[in-house]
Amino acid sequence: MYALVDGPIDVPAVRAAVAQDTAGAILVFHGVTRDNFEGREVVELAYEAYGPMAVAELEAIGREVEARWSGARCAMVHRLGVVPVGEASVVIAVSTPHRAACYEASRYAIDTLKARVPIWKKEIYRDGSAWKANAETPSS
Amino acid sequence: MKVRVLYFAALREARGCREEEVEVPVGTTLGDLYASLFPGDRVPVAYAVNQVYAAASEAPSDGDEVCFLPPLGGG
Repeated sequence: MYALVDGPIDVPAVRAAVAQDTAGAILVFHGVTRDNFEGREVVELAYEAYGPMAVAELEAIGREVEARWSGARCAMVHRLGVVPVGEASVVIAVSTPHRAACYEASRYAIDTLKARVPIWKKEIYRDGSAWKANAETPSS
Repeated sequence: MKVRVLYFAALREARGCREEEVEVPVGTTLGDLYASLFPGDRVPVAYAVNQVYAAASEAPSDGDEVCFLPPLGGG
């Protein structure tokens, strides 16, 4: 499951997408919107995506996870539009036969998503707004 | 030749539209196209042609979908 959605993410569905009898570990990572940035109060966040390319990149990252960690299965869903503070903007589920690989694969998936998937975030403050860049962004 | 250029985030706001068709000379690189459409101060971007990452030195072909990707914020 690799998708962009406009409303709240169906977390049980993301988890179910990676369930397999060979799995000894399942991690479900929630990226959650925070209420502040460097002391400024964030009222809400809004995400937009280059949809077809974003889904293609999510699928490519999923294939990389499944090729790199034997027996891994991966699912990623990112929310678009306004996401209220405290709600999940992204949910990544990974299952593997053993837990060590699961932690590695989950970390790889979110780090690579932030670096490669064409999605943008606007933070709306009480006193303004700004497009926020990830530290991992590939722009040169 | 013509290419379709897509804009997102800060570039969409700066350009005032989500996409447009642009006439460009054959051989124009992505880096040159970005500089010509956004003269002056430019945010650093990555490039995509037909939804695949591309280098600034690559030249799109007639009918291609080009996108300048400002710093990403997903996650």
